[in-house]
Order: sequence, then structure tokens, then C-alpha cells
Amino acid sequence: MKTVVVIDYGMSNLRSVSKALEHVAGNNWQVQVSDQADVILHADKVVFPGQGAIGQCMHLLKESQLLDVIQQSVEEKPFLGICLGLQTLLTRSEENGGTAGFDVIAGTVRHFTKSPEYKIPHMGWNQVSQQAHPLWNGIPDNSRFYFVHSYYVDLVDVMAGTTAYGGVNFASAVAKDNVFAVQFHPEKSQDVGLKLLENFLNW
Amino acid sequence: MGLAKRIIPCLDVDAGRVVKGVNFVDIRDAGDPVEIAERYDKQGADELTFLDITASSDDRETMVHVVEQVASEVFIPLTVGGGIRKLADVRRMLNAGADKIAINTAAVFNPEFVKEASDHFGSQCIVVAIDAKQVGEQKWEIFTHGGRKATGLDAVEWAQKMVNFGAGELLVTSMDRDGTRNGFDLDLTRSISEAVNVPVIASGGVGNLDHLADGVIEGKADAVLAASIFHFGEYTVAEAKETMAGRGIEVRI
Repeated sequence: MKTVVVIDYGMSNLRSVSKALEHVAGNNWQVQVSDQADVILHADKVVFPGQGAIGQCMHLLKESQLLDVIQQSVEEKPFLGICLGLQTLLTRSEENGGTAGFDVIAGTVRHFTKSPEYKIPHMGWNQVSQQAHPLWNGIPDNSRFYFVHSYYVDLVDVMAGTTAYGGVNFASAVAKDNVFAVQFHPEKSQDVGLKLLENFLNW
Repeated sequence: MGLAKRIIPCLDVDAGRVVKGVNFVDIRDAGDPVEIAERYDKQGADELTFLDITASSDDRETMVHVVEQVASEVFIPLTVGGGIRKLADVRRMLNAGADKIAINTAAVFNPEFVKEASDHFGSQCIVVAIDAKQVGEQKWEIFTHGGRKATGLDAVEWAQKMVNFGAGELLVTSMDRDGTRNGFDLDLTRSISEAVNVPVIASGGVGNLDHLADGVIEGKADAVLAASIFHFGEYTVAEAKETMAGRGIEVRI
């Protein structure tokens, strides 16, 4: 049996992510939620979710001594980042007065510009324009996924999907080698979200 | 192409059963929450909201189990409200599988609680529920206890204050319209939606599908919430989306 581990650093709604993975996992996969370095490093695949503020997120990862574990996982196994799990992979974020990320993907996380036309957070179901990648298998282009965020990833070289909101086009999915990361919440995006998680397990 | 307006069926839960009050008083049984949640999910609901209207604390545990069961079967956002008074209540419901927590009465009596909850768990999961009654021309006041107690708070000012305190979304219910089937209080919804920069959910009074579209077009709501029109099989969520799309509103189909 293979294992997929959801990294737990005391911040996000992990139950949603692990339940959705269990729903698509079948008998070949064991879904674990863990903050233990050895469990994460021994897993076949890693899911890194996150919600809330990025400064707090990086702080908690440091406290739980998970910074190196994540860095190592990113380098060597299939890795799925969700929401803050995407944003932390960038070079830096404007949030919390400027926060350094893992710099796995060169680029910046920015705040949506305030405007009477657009509510912040960007909350709800929006379309993702796909670029070819195995994680989109069986998911129609421009399908709607569930988003909730106030900061977005600027367009980067390694995009796998883009979404329009707040007067900008932003990177709603990125792919680089064994890393795939999304701004939306596949665990809350009904059939298309579950399909993406299933594709991740089959990747 | 862009962000869709959301349709949110609301399930009022009393001791583990879905009920729907008319003007928050007369209560009718509508069935098992897990079954109903699955039905709405299949029909294309964009989110689900559960309001725990149970009075006794024993039955609050029932609500935790309801949320756990629904979260294992339904993979769309779940909001849970009713009786949320302290950080431990928020955490318990998030751990059970809720994505967002609606704070109502506790916000009125202790506004700092909204700040604490959003600091702790993030604004994205804190919804402040605003129950308002019209008290004058273009003037609404916050009421508590199912619309029985006036607070003296102006609804629009209160909405702005709650956003400043960290609310990530507002659920605006007209206590005058709730259960009447005469449509949302569109002036109330628009007044609040135009005064804040977070998403606003219109609630209270839906009697037909055009009311939902009115909430978006005239009420400037980002999402519309309804209960009884869906519970008793009168309309499906899919039909609601067809009507909204027919009036030029972007929806997820």
C-alpha cells in the first residue's frame, strides 16, 4: 500500500483535504495527516494545504521544524500545494509586510487591488484556463473551481492554469517537475476537484 | 467569464433534523440533513449553510455529528452557524468539517469575538450573520433572539464595523421578509453590499426563482440563500440556476 500524507502544521482545515483524498483513494492508498518529519519523508506523495495568513504559516512551519522537510519533499516526490500551499512556494509575498517563501517558483504573491467592482476575498467558483498537464486529465478546460483568497500569484513561467479576477489574470495553478500547486480548493470543488485529487494520486 | 454568483441552500437544524420556521416561529420538519445535503450537492448547489437552532446544549453535539457526516459525503463549502460563542466552538466545527463559521448573536454582545476568531482562524472562514428589521425609510436595525429583541444598532454601520473586525463575508437576513415568500429586502441587501468590500449573501423571503435573480441584480448580492423553496421539492437548485442564467447572471452549471 502506498501512502499520501497531508502536512499538518496546526493551521488549516485538514479534515476537508484528508476526507476528499480518502473519497478518491481506493484500496491502494493510505491517507495520513501528520506533522512528523519521518512520516512525511517516507510518504510516496505529499499534500501541503493551507489557509490564513502567510506570515503565521511560515512561522508555524518553522516552529514545527517542517521547513527542511517541505524543501526536501518538493525536490524528490509528487507534491500538491493547495491555496497557501501554493503561495508559500513562491519567492515572496506582499502579505504581512513582506514574507519570504520557499522560492521553489520564482515570482511574487500580491494583494488584489481594492475596487468597488470587486469584492475581496475572491470567494466562490471561478474558471481555470488550463495548460496541458496530466493533473487536468478528464477535467474540461475552463471548469469552475472553488476559490477563497485575498492574495494571488502573479503570472509566472511555470503556469498550469490561469484565472481572471480583480482586473488581473493570475496563476491559479503552477507545475514544475514533480510539483503541482493550485490556488483553488480541489477538496471543495465537487466533481472536478475530486478528479484532480484522483489524478494527483495516479500521477 | 468570471466569478459565478452562488446559490446556497440553507438547512435549519433542530436536534439533528432539518426544519424551516416561518418568521422564525412555526417549525415544519423537512427531513434528514445528510440526505438533503447530498440532494442539493447533486443538483449543483454552490455551498451549503447549516444553522443550528437547537436550544439545548446536549443537542449541540448532534450538530457536530451532522457536520462530520455531511463533510464526508459532500465536497463543496459548508458554513455552520448557531450557538457559536467562543473560539472553542469555532474550532470544534472547523474540525468537524465546516469551512466557514457564521457568528450572529455573539457578535452583537461581544464584537471582539469576531476579531479574535478572524485573527485566529483567518477572515476567510468567519461569516457574520446580520439579522435586520426595517425601522424607517432606508433604515434598518439589528435584532437578536430570532427577531424579538432590538439592539439599537444601525444595520449598515454594524456591517461596516464587522468587516473592520475581520468578517470575510456577511449573511444578511431581513427579519421582516423571512418566511414570507415575498422576496428579499432588496434595499437592505444593496445598502449593505455597496457599503462593504466583502461578499454579501442575501437571505430571507425567497418565494420563487425570480426572487433569487432579483437579489443579485437589484440587491447586488454575491450569493443568494434560500431554504423552504428547495426543501419541499418546489424547485431544484438546477432550475434556480437556469432562471438566473436566463436573466444574464453568471452561474456554475
